[in-house]
Amino acid sequence: MTTRTLKFRIYRYDPDKDVKPYMQDISVEVDSTDRKLLDALVKLKAKDDSIAFRRSCREGVCGSDAMNINGRNGLACLTDLSAFPDSKAIVLRPLPGLPVIRDLIVDMTQFFKQYHSIKPYLINNDPPPERERLQSPEDREELNGLYECILCACCSTSCPSFWWNPDKFVGPAGLLAAYRFIADTRDQATSERLDNLEDPYRLFRCHTIMNCVDVCPKGLNPTKAIGKIKDMMVRRAV
Amino acid sequence: MVTRVVVGAHYGLKDWLAQRITAAFMVAYTLLMAVLIPFANDGYEGWRDLMANGFVRFVTFLFIVSLCYHAWVGIRDIWMDYVKPTAVRLTLHVLTAMALIGYAGWAAQIIWRL
Repeated sequence: MTTRTLKFRIYRYDPDKDVKPYMQDISVEVDSTDRKLLDALVKLKAKDDSIAFRRSCREGVCGSDAMNINGRNGLACLTDLSAFPDSKAIVLRPLPGLPVIRDLIVDMTQFFKQYHSIKPYLINNDPPPERERLQSPEDREELNGLYECILCACCSTSCPSFWWNPDKFVGPAGLLAAYRFIADTRDQATSERLDNLEDPYRLFRCHTIMNCVDVCPKGLNPTKAIGKIKDMMVRRAV
Repeated sequence: MVTRVVVGAHYGLKDWLAQRITAAFMVAYTLLMAVLIPFANDGYEGWRDLMANGFVRFVTFLFIVSLCYHAWVGIRDIWMDYVKPTAVRLTLHVLTAMALIGYAGWAAQIIWRL
């Protein structure tokens, strides 16, 4: 079995012990069964159990292990180890723009607060039918590329507008979810949802930088969804 | 004082749309000028002849208004992104608006004086 040694530079910060954050150099041996960055991190954790990071499903569904990998946000469990050269250290930092709890773990309160502010659930006041609320295949089609979001926060924490105004700007993840319900033909609160977003901060802080599209590990396009929300607002107004 | 985060000003669409429309108009004006200016004479005479045409004066005035409105939205966005204290931001908004209105008036006076 072929093995290789990977070098890491990892952001370390334990507020109980450290005065300020520092970068730790550490290396770990991986073999050919270790395919993803998360596999290497698990081995690192076995070597130095003080390193803290979140992980759960290890297959890109839960969104727990989002982190900044060589300057770019991504999921450790979806990042191929083969893409990293042996010579250069892999630099791991926590997601930018959110308060660090410890090492690679960030406080996502603000992120989820924005997500909840767009009411991420179906609003329909009609009595529920016997079986289900039906949609035509065409109407259902519109939800593709929207409902797949796993809320890993890679997009929102790579967005400069979210860095500057995380308390006021909903952020790409929240706006993608907002459009998911605005576009849903079973939802009856379209107008209220648009009212809720028609605001210089909540929606219009998006300057179409498109970092969100660049980093989304699920290949989604929040910028396009934001464009469609603006489109609907124009259609509503003129 | 209660310092809760307040949002929900319920505006933004008009400015966002206006910024795009003014940008499109400025592109069209720039292309028009790129065609007209090579045919004009050099110096003051050339500018006066160009502006003697009522249509050119009309679109030039619209260009200036577009530029100022476009700049208003853009500069205000920068203040909103980076300046947090409300009093400082309001002051900057007012100064920006006053400067742009002043520029627009000044530019209009120049066009009609030529």
